[in-house]
Amino acid sequence: MSEKKRHTLAVLVENEAGVLSQVSRLFSRKGYNIESLAVGPTDTPTISRITIEVLADDKRAALLCNQLRKLLPVHSVKLIEAVNMLRKELVLIKVNASTSEVRNEIIQITNVFRGSIIDVSTHTLTLSIIGEEQKTEAARTLLREFGIIELVRTGMIALERGHYTIDESTKEKGEFDYGKHVL
Amino acid sequence: MKLNGSQILMECLLEQGVDTVFGYPGGAIMPVYDALHAYSDRIQHILTAHEQGASHAADGYARSSGKVGVCMATSGPGATNLVTGIATAYMDSSPVVFVTCNVNEHLIGKDSFQEVDITGIAMPITKNTYLVRDVEKLADVVREAFAVARGGRPGPVLIDIVRNATLAQTDYTPLPREKHATSGRLGALIHRASRDNLCRLGAPEPDREDIDLLVDMIDQSKKPLVICGGGVVRSRADEEFKTFVECIDSPVAVTVMGGGGISGRNPLTTGMIGMHGTQASNHAADRCDLLISVGCRFSDRVGLNFDSFAQNAKIVHIDIDRSEIDKNVQTDHHIIGDARQVLALLNQKVSQRDNSAWKEEVFSFPAETIYEDTTDTLTPKQVLSSIAKILPDDTIAATDVGQHQMWAVQHFRFDYPGQLITSGGFGAMGFGLGAAIGAKAANPEKTVLHITGDGSFRMNSQEMSTEEYYDLPVITCIFNNGVLGMVRQWQHLIFEKRYSQTTLDRGPDFVALANAYGLPARRVSTVEELEDALHEAMELGTGYVIDCAIGQHEMARPMISAGDHITQFLVD
Repeated sequence: MSEKKRHTLAVLVENEAGVLSQVSRLFSRKGYNIESLAVGPTDTPTISRITIEVLADDKRAALLCNQLRKLLPVHSVKLIEAVNMLRKELVLIKVNASTSEVRNEIIQITNVFRGSIIDVSTHTLTLSIIGEEQKTEAARTLLREFGIIELVRTGMIALERGHYTIDESTKEKGEFDYGKHVL
Repeated sequence: MKLNGSQILMECLLEQGVDTVFGYPGGAIMPVYDALHAYSDRIQHILTAHEQGASHAADGYARSSGKVGVCMATSGPGATNLVTGIATAYMDSSPVVFVTCNVNEHLIGKDSFQEVDITGIAMPITKNTYLVRDVEKLADVVREAFAVARGGRPGPVLIDIVRNATLAQTDYTPLPREKHATSGRLGALIHRASRDNLCRLGAPEPDREDIDLLVDMIDQSKKPLVICGGGVVRSRADEEFKTFVECIDSPVAVTVMGGGGISGRNPLTTGMIGMHGTQASNHAADRCDLLISVGCRFSDRVGLNFDSFAQNAKIVHIDIDRSEIDKNVQTDHHIIGDARQVLALLNQKVSQRDNSAWKEEVFSFPAETIYEDTTDTLTPKQVLSSIAKILPDDTIAATDVGQHQMWAVQHFRFDYPGQLITSGGFGAMGFGLGAAIGAKAANPEKTVLHITGDGSFRMNSQEMSTEEYYDLPVITCIFNNGVLGMVRQWQHLIFEKRYSQTTLDRGPDFVALANAYGLPARRVSTVEELEDALHEAMELGTGYVIDCAIGQHEMARPMISAGDHITQFLVD
């Protein structure tokens, strides 16, 4: 059995009531905790795209994809390979900032991470940062000393580099061939 | 034409060629039953004693006929009473459309009287669920639901209609069935179906390279074994299967769900495989060098220990459902497609082989359990032999769940798909009588036998009223040993004979019970009495209950403990 790693699945579904629970149910049923989940409509308003991240070994991840494909409201599923992946999330962080020195320091840190200040009050600053875990975690560590009041993440979203898309016409034949080990 | 939702539902059932439905009315579904009243000349409704009975009857109807079964129930408790039946159909891939009605739309989500989120409850045990709030969408949904239930890997579908949609009026345009696939939601669904997700609606075209690869593997194999699974039965691939195995001259092990996929009389069959499989089947699985599974999902009752299953073989999995590949057992090769189509393609390519030496090795192990005859009590084998002798060969047998089920599957020689109706995957006690009634409704010309145990029969025996009222005669044979035999067997073997709550030393008197429902019945304790009763049942042609007194100690043999290696027999 190969080791567990973080897999990113992109799923195109009908934009209808109940579809998200149908999709997420599959993961809980098989005992997988969803590490990250992001949903939103695509360029076609009747279709939503769900990005799900789970910890699983390669075989289980492929099985999950096939289970997902059986659901009627699911249009297509793609396991996005790490090497080809563009992967981001947005994090909003509200931090204590009661003095101008603290505010300045936080603004500098935000700039280093190419984030932006989106709200300011007499006692707080709220900033947004976009990126992968390493970057957002590093920002969080630096901001912790000021006191993080609230933190929220959108969940990871991902696309593939180059001409590849979730559309099956751009898939390699190899994707259909897992499980065939003979010869 | 302007029709209300309930009338549209009836018209849509007629579009699908439905002439029989099973169900039970109630508050929310009353408008549908009102419409049914007007359509009663074209659609026969069979009112069961309990919604669960209706669900199993629709399932039995579907399994025995290959058509889609239809079952209706009201909201709340009516809907939840279907759940066991839906799950049973799902586990065994049986095409059934369940129709429930829910409370009026403005009452949904307010914990109204008899309100339940049945689409949410049924989500994990159906191919799809539909909640219809708008009468405009109803016809489209029903057409899609039937196609989904029937298509690809078959299975149950649930349509929940809110009460006001069953009364609202709209224009209904009749659409013949052959046009469904190109219109509406179903058309869109089919249009965007890809090679990856076809199994929900149809069968993907088998890959020719995959076929060629398997043909090569067969050529290199000296010890092949083919497993006949439920997929052979569902796709009615018995002819193609027989040609295939006879050509490659391979022994055939049969799963519980595969019963009837190949004639039990065929000299190539090694009998059942798995937990209660024969020595021949299980040893063949352990020794073969190529294992070809057709429409079998390697459940834990077949594979037992997934790591050591067929450890000396290359495993090839033929299945319509891609998500079954490598789910339980790690395979070496697979072909995705409908069993019938895949086998037909293979039959064009394979050449006649001779595996006499290997067959000799396999059949050196018994392909049937030897049960000793005793004189003091009836044995299961005596009961089954008498039945086989007296009832016609094409008798449809529906079973409940437990020891009697294993004995029946081991002993009877099923000849065609749909002849054996049993809850294999879900193992639902109480399945048998409803399923037998459904099978009789679909096959009025055939004799229908219901094999049950005293435990299982008590669970849904009230359906005797349905059998009697609608003149759907079933010959019920109770293997009455006064205990919950299968559980007791495990207690005997694994729990050091602590028989916790498995002794049924209580009523009812089954003969009196059957008589109360208007059915003739007899209690028998010798072969002569049994055979007299069977003859009488055949002559009368009515429903009949035979309460067979059998001993408590007979076990379903052989047996391998859950998770053990397939040849590690706990009892021979």
